[in-house]
Amino acid sequence: MNNNNSEFEPKIVAFVCNWCTYAGADLTGTSRLKYATNVKIVRFPCTGRIDFMLLLKAFAQGADGVIVSGCHPNDCHYTSGNFHARRRWITFRGLLDFMGIDVSRIQYSWVSAAEGAKWADIVNTTVANIRELGPYTEYQKVADYLDKEDYNG
Amino acid sequence: MSKIGVFICHCGENISATVDCEKVAQDIRKVEGVEYAIDYKYMCSDPGQTLIKDAIKEHHLDGVVVGSCSPRMHEPTFRKACAEAGLNPFLCEMANLREHCSWVHEKGEATTEKAFDLVKMLVEKVKRNKPLDSIKVPITKKALVIGGGIAGIQASLDIANTGHQVILIEKDPSIGGHMSQLSETFPTLDCSQCILTPRMVEVAQHPNITLYTYAELESLEGFIGNFTAKIRLKAKSVDHKKCTGCGACFQKCPQKRIPSEFNAGLGNRTAIYVPFPQAVPNKPVIDREHCNYYKRGKCKICEATCPTGAIEWDKEDEILTEQVGAIVVTTGFNVKGADFFPEYGYGQYKDVITGLQFERLASASGPTLGEIRRPSDGTIPKKIVFIACAGSRDEAKGIPYCSKICCMYTAKHAMLYQHKVHDGESTVFYMDIRAGGKNYEEFVRRAIEEDHVNYVRGRVARVYEKNGKLIVKGVDTLLSGEQVEIEADMVVLATAGVSNCGAEQLAQKMHISYDPYHFFAEAHPKLKPVETNTAGIFLAGACQAPKDIPETVGMASGAAVKVAGLFSNNELVREPLIAVVNRSAPPVFSTCVGCFMCQTACPYNAIEREEIKGRDGKVIKTVAKVNPGLCQGCGTCVAFCRSKSIDIQGYSNEQMFAEVMSLLNH
Repeated sequence: MNNNNSEFEPKIVAFVCNWCTYAGADLTGTSRLKYATNVKIVRFPCTGRIDFMLLLKAFAQGADGVIVSGCHPNDCHYTSGNFHARRRWITFRGLLDFMGIDVSRIQYSWVSAAEGAKWADIVNTTVANIRELGPYTEYQKVADYLDKEDYNG
Repeated sequence: MSKIGVFICHCGENISATVDCEKVAQDIRKVEGVEYAIDYKYMCSDPGQTLIKDAIKEHHLDGVVVGSCSPRMHEPTFRKACAEAGLNPFLCEMANLREHCSWVHEKGEATTEKAFDLVKMLVEKVKRNKPLDSIKVPITKKALVIGGGIAGIQASLDIANTGHQVILIEKDPSIGGHMSQLSETFPTLDCSQCILTPRMVEVAQHPNITLYTYAELESLEGFIGNFTAKIRLKAKSVDHKKCTGCGACFQKCPQKRIPSEFNAGLGNRTAIYVPFPQAVPNKPVIDREHCNYYKRGKCKICEATCPTGAIEWDKEDEILTEQVGAIVVTTGFNVKGADFFPEYGYGQYKDVITGLQFERLASASGPTLGEIRRPSDGTIPKKIVFIACAGSRDEAKGIPYCSKICCMYTAKHAMLYQHKVHDGESTVFYMDIRAGGKNYEEFVRRAIEEDHVNYVRGRVARVYEKNGKLIVKGVDTLLSGEQVEIEADMVVLATAGVSNCGAEQLAQKMHISYDPYHFFAEAHPKLKPVETNTAGIFLAGACQAPKDIPETVGMASGAAVKVAGLFSNNELVREPLIAVVNRSAPPVFSTCVGCFMCQTACPYNAIEREEIKGRDGKVIKTVAKVNPGLCQGCGTCVAFCRSKSIDIQGYSNEQMFAEVMSLLNH
């Protein structure tokens, strides 16, 4: 799968919380730090809100990679949402593995409202990693499964 | 069929420099459900907003997407404009084309494509938005101020003078903070205590202020207008109702050699103590760590001397619960301590001291009664060296920022020294002199020109002792570029201002953001300098960043106005972006299976149990119900729900899946 294709522009969806990472990404902009255009941000109130079925849906719809990012542990605007998200991610990782989804296509991180530079760095690193991994074609299997189960959220 | 209006903003050239706004508007028109799309130079301006309002009326729009700056900036602006045109404000969404697109990418097709994708994503979301009504909640018109330094004092007085109740808590035995430790203040050289202590007394006597010293915030729950604060009243071991403040106890206390915090370690205090003579309240507490009785079970001399029987040996910490509507955090700063400057010999040589210690030496209430004397042998130093930027602006020390106050107080220190030691010689090593502020530059010039302070531009490499003198080795980078060596009697370090100890834990208790140096983060660096990201919690003073007294006082008054503004309403309007359990009629058809995973997940105890009864009055099933007053809209319950019965308004499953699908489905 390691076809190092420099022409390939990966599609990456970022699921971020409103208070830390969304604000951190705003700071990246205010600081005029540059990053790749491949990542598109979907704003959630909290990482605790992120139903991981959305990640599956993203892959099923043709995403090559996913970023999930929120407040650092103990910094959650809602006290504990990020802890729930972290625990969910740990459980979900096993499930992904079982389904045959490459876990390295998901970048899970903490970016605070003050870490504009870190956000740019995470985006660029993730884009480079996914580019290295190549397009994600196995998603169709997941899509078929989801269609069969008629899962629509 | 939706009728969505899309409005693409150029933001002057901030967006249009890298994004082809016209093309985005043209392309989005082809998307199903988009009725109208246009681009304009300044969407947030008056004509821009009028453009939106007119379009809503003319095209009977049932949804609006504004592609412009971050919704964290202008979402309220555009939602208000929509409301004015008769469209429910929650049918308006913003695509972040500036912070998340034009500012972070180069000009090109990919950037314009991304902008289109972002707008399209929000179009798909807004198609599924539902009109919502704002929630009204009552406000508790009582403020909590945390920290009794000059910022807390000013904020408390200003709020109290608007007629509202204030609770001021201070962790130390007295209010006053760092300002009470200072000798004279720049740029006027008026005595710090002379201007501060009347304010301290005013706080203690104000009918609207309840003061708790020796108290800390234990926990905080709730939200703007409705916080529940638990305050730990640390055991003072002295009943302040009985105590008259006569002082007999601390004159007789046998533990006399405890380094005084107020004198920055240069003087001593007793175990039962009042931190300084002008303390408010001027009544002692017992430091249990150093008290003979608490350490060894014997002594009680203070009890024997106390004429009113005020000593309470068995007193325990108390937890006080208070309902407040707003909070001002004024917990101040600290200066870097001993282990930080091995190269300058701080901690190793007694005559290498910090600026704060010099303040105590220069202060009339200090350990030397205002005479500049060496801590080692009590002699008057004839040669003194001040090192500015000791730690500040030093990446290697982990403090890249400027501590802001040091240039000015170092000039003041040198001046005070020259005024007190007429035959003395003072040298200041500096990197730059930053004297921005009214009459500040003139003050520094006065130190150089009138008081003949020798300013040397350059860094000091090392301070070491030789034949009873402190050898200061530095380099003059301005004139000669040569090494300078000064034999000094005393060295004063303008140590970096850092966040107060425990700042991180306090921020976590209150759920406010903080920067990498643990200074609390303001909501916007320019336009919301006293607000935090948590509504109802405000900042003032050096807990936000190092700053001087005038700035601190200004900020405290600013925070007080914000609190007073909040308290001028009887009800608070909250965004209805909260969770709801589907409850289609009859409620027995609710898909909720009553597993109450949501209750486990909820950080606010907002999920209640609702019993659904049949015609015979028997309970058929128990389902979840959201208390709209408590729900903060984090949505953790939504991700937990097994039967997809609970959803969050504004970030519903339907909306979020639609966003994800729109991003990829082309």
